[in-house]
Amino acid sequence: MDIVLQQLVNGLTLGSVYGLIAIGYTMVYGIIGMINFAHGDVYMVSAYLTAISIALLTFFGVQSFPFIIFGALVFTIVITGAYGWVIERVAYRPLRNSSRLSVLISAIGMSLILQNYVQLSQGPNQQGVPTLLSGAFRFYVGDGFVQITYMKVMILLIAFTGMAVLTYIIQKTKLGRMCRATQQDRKMASILGIDTDKVISSVFVIGSAMAALAGVLVTLDYGAFDFYIGFIMGIKAFTAAVLGGIGSLPGAMLGGIILGLSESLFAGLVSSDYKDVFSFSLLVLILIIRPSGLLGKPAVEKV
Amino acid sequence: MTTLMEFKEVDVHYGPIQALKKVSLTVDEGEIVTMIGANGAGKSTLLMSIFGQPRISSGEIIYRGEDISQKSAHYVASHGLAQSPEGRRIFPSMSVEENLLMGTIPIGMQHADEDMKRMFELFPRLEERRNQRASTMSGGEQQMLAIARALMSRPKLLLLDEPSLGLAPIIVKQIFEILKDVASTGMTIFLVEQNANHALKLADRGYVMVNGEIRLTGTGAELLLNPEVREAYLGGH
Repeated sequence: MDIVLQQLVNGLTLGSVYGLIAIGYTMVYGIIGMINFAHGDVYMVSAYLTAISIALLTFFGVQSFPFIIFGALVFTIVITGAYGWVIERVAYRPLRNSSRLSVLISAIGMSLILQNYVQLSQGPNQQGVPTLLSGAFRFYVGDGFVQITYMKVMILLIAFTGMAVLTYIIQKTKLGRMCRATQQDRKMASILGIDTDKVISSVFVIGSAMAALAGVLVTLDYGAFDFYIGFIMGIKAFTAAVLGGIGSLPGAMLGGIILGLSESLFAGLVSSDYKDVFSFSLLVLILIIRPSGLLGKPAVEKV
Repeated sequence: MTTLMEFKEVDVHYGPIQALKKVSLTVDEGEIVTMIGANGAGKSTLLMSIFGQPRISSGEIIYRGEDISQKSAHYVASHGLAQSPEGRRIFPSMSVEENLLMGTIPIGMQHADEDMKRMFELFPRLEERRNQRASTMSGGEQQMLAIARALMSRPKLLLLDEPSLGLAPIIVKQIFEILKDVASTGMTIFLVEQNANHALKLADRGYVMVNGEIRLTGTGAELLLNPEVREAYLGGH
């Protein structure tokens, strides 16, 4: 019983992280119909930026944890957002009217470039950040207990706040309406005076910012990272996006949480060695049984 | 009267196929001009080429003294041209209100409330459905929404692509009544239609397009009486 509860808590935090990254996949897919395979590596870059920002902040004598996390969030989100903007600009915009395959190849190329650039500039070894927030809540259940670290509580709070803010932006603001209009009918959006290139750029910035949010949280919690972490995280988040229905924003969040929960339960109750196998089997199953995902619309070929 | 928009010898190609052939026309300020023609004559291509989709291959599109033929769609839209396009192209998963707000992009939100009220007076059906998803509305309501959305940008020139397409005769009549109201406010309208009867009655002047070329031109009344037009577009009676 306590194991199940513990894994549910772990799964929820893991799932909220998957959800944040899946947002980037799903929004980009929604607006230009491509899978941005460099997105996982954008997340990886944000892990390095988190470490850099913590080093900078402590160098300038900032000691208190709230200031450090706030500073790390702002620094990492802004710079990772800029990465997203540049990636769209150099790798995808020149191919706007080319076949989907060219864009896909460009995305894979971008992913390799990011990995190698980080490996060359930061070294191939695993890096780490110190634990800044320790301690946990403990709840006794029967003979055992469930432990929720303060860090996990913070992950949940910040991740869900991030998702709520994003949902508000997309549903209620002018930028959000412009994003949805461009997603539903790009040509009509341009006839109404929307600079669709700008909207697409802002979607890349938003997606990257969400990945950065995840990157800061995971890095602070887990501590260790290397230049290759973007691959597995990217594929997991992609699975979450497909599970929820690619193109659907609430789908990405829901898919992330379902994937996180089921993966944690599998790891806790069956085998933690095979949890990745389980996640990807889930992806295969969804693609066979319900390719449009939980909240997605059946695919209609855009003309 | 000053010329608001002018096409000068405009050619448009889709690959090897020429869709518009040396099309020249003018729309003066305050006028209602119509272009009638059969399906596939090139009417929608003409309207979309104003927004550079597709780009014209030769000629000029002069709007208020400036050649806009190479400008981006959002540039054109933000300079006072609004279109209710072929197939309406409303945003299906947005509400009626949100669709109307999309029309305000070129001018900002400062007149949004006032203009939306005006649209609801013009199209009372839209007010009843203001929070409904646009995709759940009937074809006529969607057409009204597309026109209202175009009007939300307070355009200097309103471009309409077949507002009667696929609608019941009674709805078509309603829509043309509303267009008459809009025109009476001094709005310049360029209307592309297959429904020659309604269009020519509403219009000050008209052009007849056949296979991408302008075949005839004259006042609305002249064209209504023209035997060639009667034969081809008015069922010969």
